[in-house]
Amino acid sequence: MARSRLSAWFVTLPPFAWIALFLFVPYCLLFCYSFWSLDAAQQVVHRFSLANYLHLIQTPLYLTVILRSMRIAFSVVGLTLLIGYPLGCFLVFRAGKYRRMLYQAVIIPLWVSYLVRAYAWKVIFGNEGVMNTLLLWCHATRHPLGFLLYSPFAVIVTLTHIYVPFVVLPVVASLEKIPHELLESSSDLGATAWQTFLRVILPLSLPGVVSGATFAFLLSFGDFLAPLLLGGPSSVMIANIVANLFGADYNWPLGAAVAVVILFMVMVILTITQRLERRWRVA
Amino acid sequence: MKAGRSVLTVYAGGAYAFLYLPIVVLVVYSFNRDGVGGFPPQHWTLDWYRTLFADSAMWTSVGNSVIVALSTVALSMLIGFPAAYALDRYSFPGKSAFQRLVLLPLIVPGVITGISLLLLTVTSGFRLSLATVIFGHATALTAVAATEIFAGLAKLDRSLEEASADLGAGKLRTLWHIVLPGMRTSLLGTALLVFTLSMDEIAVTFFLIGRENTLPLEIWSRLRRGATPEMNAIASLIFLFSVVTIFLSQWLMSRNNTERIKP
Amino acid sequence: MNSFLRLEGVGKRFGEHTVLESILLDVEQGEFLTLLGESGSGKTTLLRILAGFEEPTVGRVLLEDQRLDTIPPHRRPIHTVFQSYALFPHMSVFDNVAYGLRVRGCARAEVTTRVGEALEKVHMDRFARHFPRQISGGQKQRVALARALVNRPRLLLLDEPLSALDANLRLEMQRELKSLQREVGITFIFVTHDQSEALAISDRVVLLHRGKVEQCGTPREIYSTPRTAYAASFLGKSNLIRGTVRDGIADCGAFFAHAALPDGPATFSLRPECIAAASRSAGDGLVHFDAEVIAEQFHGADSLLTLRCCGGMELSARLAERHGSGGHFAFRSQDLVPLEAA
Repeated sequence: MARSRLSAWFVTLPPFAWIALFLFVPYCLLFCYSFWSLDAAQQVVHRFSLANYLHLIQTPLYLTVILRSMRIAFSVVGLTLLIGYPLGCFLVFRAGKYRRMLYQAVIIPLWVSYLVRAYAWKVIFGNEGVMNTLLLWCHATRHPLGFLLYSPFAVIVTLTHIYVPFVVLPVVASLEKIPHELLESSSDLGATAWQTFLRVILPLSLPGVVSGATFAFLLSFGDFLAPLLLGGPSSVMIANIVANLFGADYNWPLGAAVAVVILFMVMVILTITQRLERRWRVA
Repeated sequence: MKAGRSVLTVYAGGAYAFLYLPIVVLVVYSFNRDGVGGFPPQHWTLDWYRTLFADSAMWTSVGNSVIVALSTVALSMLIGFPAAYALDRYSFPGKSAFQRLVLLPLIVPGVITGISLLLLTVTSGFRLSLATVIFGHATALTAVAATEIFAGLAKLDRSLEEASADLGAGKLRTLWHIVLPGMRTSLLGTALLVFTLSMDEIAVTFFLIGRENTLPLEIWSRLRRGATPEMNAIASLIFLFSVVTIFLSQWLMSRNNTERIKP
Repeated sequence: MNSFLRLEGVGKRFGEHTVLESILLDVEQGEFLTLLGESGSGKTTLLRILAGFEEPTVGRVLLEDQRLDTIPPHRRPIHTVFQSYALFPHMSVFDNVAYGLRVRGCARAEVTTRVGEALEKVHMDRFARHFPRQISGGQKQRVALARALVNRPRLLLLDEPLSALDANLRLEMQRELKSLQREVGITFIFVTHDQSEALAISDRVVLLHRGKVEQCGTPREIYSTPRTAYAASFLGKSNLIRGTVRDGIADCGAFFAHAALPDGPATFSLRPECIAAASRSAGDGLVHFDAEVIAEQFHGADSLLTLRCCGGMELSARLAERHGSGGHFAFRSQDLVPLEAA
């Protein structure tokens, strides 16, 4: 018995040590930094103060950006579900023998570089990009549409494109779990296909929907690449603020404070959605 | 009812078009002489690919990325496997906290993981370099490795391990001869996934990069200066690489399965 | 003559594999009909064709002279009790039973009344607010029944509904099902592979073998006069005896018996319980023979004996009392049932 205890320690120690050193300690550092500040000479002052947090509360910019990030994230969730849920239904109920192949076809874009995909949308939406050129060519518009690029629109479309597969996977998993007999039973009792969908399929697929939506929301909320590449000044998101504070706008303690706020928000949202998912999970 | 069937199929077709449109556009325009402007594309050319192949800075960054990715795979699997094993087999105080911490990088924005590691680097007096990038990737992607390996462990037939113990093999022997071979497919798939994610990692890398660039950051800095159609070419090549990788992994996994079927 | 449910030449093929071959069947209204057969006999496929989940490759199904097979399942006045009950896990017992009514747009008050009645009938009214995961297998069975019956279907299909229950519960449920059917008066079509279950509860039994109707009749009919060797062996135990008929007498080796058959070889069925110990007196209309008891299995209420007769033929006999190691046995002439040639 002591032998197996020893081997258990042997196994858990390396990951434990790594996690402690590279995750736990850094987060602690982050936390500490958020309470420190910069002095006039741009040096970090290691004295406890709530100045950063007060600054965040008092300056409207931060709340605005956070709300904007949430708005964008919500839009992404809405769109990814709008596209991804029917796609999931198609794969599980209509794809038949092509299902495996078509399922892979959803996963392939996941493996293609994020940067590549984001850049592709830049190509499509630019003033001389595909979309505008096409619209001009068939005389649908007379001038290139400016709002396509460097706008929340571009950010939302790009993020939707990136995260649709993230939504499709858990949706398919939960749809697959529905026993076929429940659908036959519903039909047997007189429900049309649409009624079966509303009353049986949809409620039973909710855990998968929550899981996918959570993922899409959190990842969109904290995204900093899409707004940087395709967003304009009106679509700066909260992760960009943090990146800037650690870059050109050099103020690490303030940046740490923003990061802690983001972390806190992510935890809260995760807890809420986990509760929801547990509530809606049946048998 | 019949109409309803085809509506769903058409909708799905639209969804697939949305997923693949940007990539198709990129590939098409990488062969276009005039770069991105103009529709439909005229003047097919391989010039951009030629430029790309002559671009030494780009290929250096590819080399850097590969080094980082391979190191990341090794590290994340070495850390992730014991972590997954411990989560699957053992119960110990603080287990759920441990689990949450391990999986945190999956949902926390990469920016935050990046800056916290930056703080660690600076505080401990190290310089930023490819090494710091490797540690950053490994930390972030251990979560992915642990998740995949955990799923693979759960699918194992425990009675095989019990038989091994019954026949006198210790835990370590059983692990080496029974568990790991049984996980071959899963481990391979995980390695491939971590490799791909590391090659494409930007958020964490952004804060930990020293003087040498990885591929995504090289592309990124070029884009900041103003895109050239050469970008389309590299993007298309990356896409090709991704597709080849995924088919390779599928082929390997299916080969593994047929090997099992042989008596 | 218009029957309630008629299957006209219904057949089903899956690619090269024929599962059902030209089934002709008339079902009367209000009867408890059982489709009996082993796995692969086609009984489940036939049920699914009636429910509408499969389409027949050939033939038609008529319900009260209306074509049934052209109607999709959700519009048929037929409901199914599934083998695994198929209760909706995210709905309470009440909501499960109310499902069919709600889907049809029934008024709230009516739903409450009818669901209450249905649950009372299956003794599950106390569990209305429970969820499927909180009730036992037998209870789920009853909810599934209530859910189907509350909609007052013209026909109820039951797909091996008792096979997942343990032995005692099965017997109880068999009784309940039978009395429920009598009370409600709806035609039940019951599928099972258990022959004793079929004999116990059915008004009529349809024995299916390899996609064809082997025999159809009341339980007593098919048990006492099986038509084929398969029917004789499937329903209870039976001795298959070969003999040669000449001038109306069958020579079976160990004994001779009357047989109203043309000359030639014949096979007969003789149920073990028809053989009794007898005294050596002739002329009582019984067929007598001598035999030695070579094996005996005690079954509590009776014993199963293996008898070796002169000529080497071995017979199984079921006797309540033991009569030594050998002796004289007899059976009634009409218990020797001629079977159709294979």
